[in-house]
Amino acid sequence: MTVKTRRYSARDVTVLVIGVGVAVIVNVGLIWGPTLASVALSATDWNGFGPIEWIGGRNYSDLAGEYPPFWSAVRNNILWLVFLGLVATPFGLFCAVLLDRRLRGSRFYQSALYMPVVLSLAVVGFIAQLVYSHDYGVLNAVTGLSADWLGDRSINIWVVMVAAAWRHVGYVMIIYLAGLKAVDPALKEAAAIDGANERQAFFRVVFPTLRPVNVIVLVITVIEALRAFDIVYAINKGRNGLELLSVLVTENIVGEASRIGFGSAIAVILLVISLGFIVTYLSQLFREER
Amino acid sequence: MDHRPPISRRNLLLGTAAAFGVPAVLAGCGGSEQPSPGSTSGNLGAVTLGSNASDEVPKKSLATVIEKFTQASVRINTVDHNTFQENINRYLRGTPDDVFTWFAGYRMQFFAEQGLATDISDVWQEIGGDYTQAFRDASTGVDGKQYFIPFTYYPWAVFYRKSVWEEKGYEPPKTLDELTALAKKMQGDDLVPIAFADKDGWPAMGTFDIINMRMNGYDFHISLMAGKESWTDPRVKQVFDTWRGLMEYHQPASLGRTWQEAAQSLVQKKSGMYLLGMFVAQQFPEEDLADLDFFTFPEINPTHGTDSIDAPIDGYMVSAKAKNVDGAKALVKHLAQASSQDIATELDPGTLAASSKADTSGYSALQKRGAELVSQASHIAQFLDRDTRPDFASTVMIPSLQSFVDKPAEIDSLLTSIEQQKANIFR
Repeated sequence: MTVKTRRYSARDVTVLVIGVGVAVIVNVGLIWGPTLASVALSATDWNGFGPIEWIGGRNYSDLAGEYPPFWSAVRNNILWLVFLGLVATPFGLFCAVLLDRRLRGSRFYQSALYMPVVLSLAVVGFIAQLVYSHDYGVLNAVTGLSADWLGDRSINIWVVMVAAAWRHVGYVMIIYLAGLKAVDPALKEAAAIDGANERQAFFRVVFPTLRPVNVIVLVITVIEALRAFDIVYAINKGRNGLELLSVLVTENIVGEASRIGFGSAIAVILLVISLGFIVTYLSQLFREER
Repeated sequence: MDHRPPISRRNLLLGTAAAFGVPAVLAGCGGSEQPSPGSTSGNLGAVTLGSNASDEVPKKSLATVIEKFTQASVRINTVDHNTFQENINRYLRGTPDDVFTWFAGYRMQFFAEQGLATDISDVWQEIGGDYTQAFRDASTGVDGKQYFIPFTYYPWAVFYRKSVWEEKGYEPPKTLDELTALAKKMQGDDLVPIAFADKDGWPAMGTFDIINMRMNGYDFHISLMAGKESWTDPRVKQVFDTWRGLMEYHQPASLGRTWQEAAQSLVQKKSGMYLLGMFVAQQFPEEDLADLDFFTFPEINPTHGTDSIDAPIDGYMVSAKAKNVDGAKALVKHLAQASSQDIATELDPGTLAASSKADTSGYSALQKRGAELVSQASHIAQFLDRDTRPDFASTVMIPSLQSFVDKPAEIDSLLTSIEQQKANIFR
């Protein structure tokens, strides 16, 4: 009989328990606990105190069938994602590529484009009001138009997304710029010697080497789109065409309303959408590592 | 009711202030603490006062009133008006101040019923004689005890500039037809007949309330707000139909405008009249205040005439968790004094004193007319969002009224939707 050597000393076990235990407690207490609590609460009718009434899926059917802001919010969240992903992010990349070519005054452009990033989106919301206000806005004054940019619900989401993109472009640009600086110039030279034109060299050689940066930018874009909140809240509390899921959660739970069960149901929908992206991203990541 | 910071003029400063308000909403607390400068500590220790008077005029007015209070030292915690209101649940359940600003009527009863306010019936035994029955009722919880001290109030009416009306020869309308005819005439004179703003969602409630009370009376208003009537009732539909008829005379692009901006159009003589609370006076420069006048919204249904108006009462309550109950009661007693309210009405020309003992000789012409208007009304409503459940007002009525303002033609589908949502909330 071979003597089984103990692989872990008592001290190791203690360290392990402390090391893993703390992480587990923090994780469960701060992430999984509240998440599961939200899911559970979404099946109840509760005003934050008093008895909790179990009502099953009724919040969800009310949401989908009888709460007009909900679908508007879902649509806006998707629009936000698509707009940032297909317009703002590529434009940020485009700016980065231009700036990487060392134009005259590129430092100036770089700071000008990056400047909005230091502003909080709530502040961008206030700036947007100064620009878009119907009666006093700069835009109407300069162009002579009399469009109700912020009140007309067929256009307000678009102008607000432009304001949000103003900030997002700078953010994406600076990340890509850092990525581009790190690309080995020899690659570009080699491509040029092989007869590739500028466009081919960028899309076939440089862009693929930016892959790690692309992943980061993609994640940032998705996060920015899903957590959008402050800009619409600053403008009109996220009502009248500017509904977003995050705003509806706040409106129902945090506001004077205290419809905790109903608000939780909206939060769960937002969670499901976020999980969709997270799971796709992680499964991609793990597949590559294998 | 909330007074959002204007985008115009004072914008940037206030904007920044509200920007800090947003994280405050998320944190569930916030605001600035300033010790009231003039108050020296008396024998009752320290009292904290949670105030939503974040606008310049009301803030100064409160500070001046508190300076005169000597029995205890008072610490005023001022929070942005909207933020205060939206956090009220968390605030009262967390660590509230001893005394806090709040609203009379359903909004007060809602929190009193949940045991979040201290019964101040004993204070009322001393000050009760200073108030009319209407104010006592508005301060009384469902259990028959008093929880609220009325401080100031302001009527809603249709405001206009006398100089403009004299110049054009307009007369205050007595009936809906006269109002429509007047509005048409104003359009001919290149005026926007009715200034209107609903970016913040609540001002449209005032229009709905007044048309509803003119057509269906005060009792219907109260029972509709209590969730006892159906929103698909023909009487409600009639209200929206009438409102739709007036919509073409309302200032366009209203969903992107704040009430302050709409009031500015009245100040600048670009619009003819404006249905709003008397706080519209805050937007008028000192020298133009004498030019501001109003008439009550004209009669629609002779049965009800013009017997009801919205005149929301602002006041103070003592929180259930108050640490210094004696000091808090002394403070609210001080606030109930006619002399305190006189200071407030002098500094803020958009308000009237709630106490019957208040000295009205110092009132401006506008305030005197306001007091007269209220005394003539046999029913005083508190405003849509104060007469109904807060969750119904904020999550159902604001989006619904905004959607009506956007598409006034789609009344039936809107009312069906309100009724469905109402059923989900009032159950």
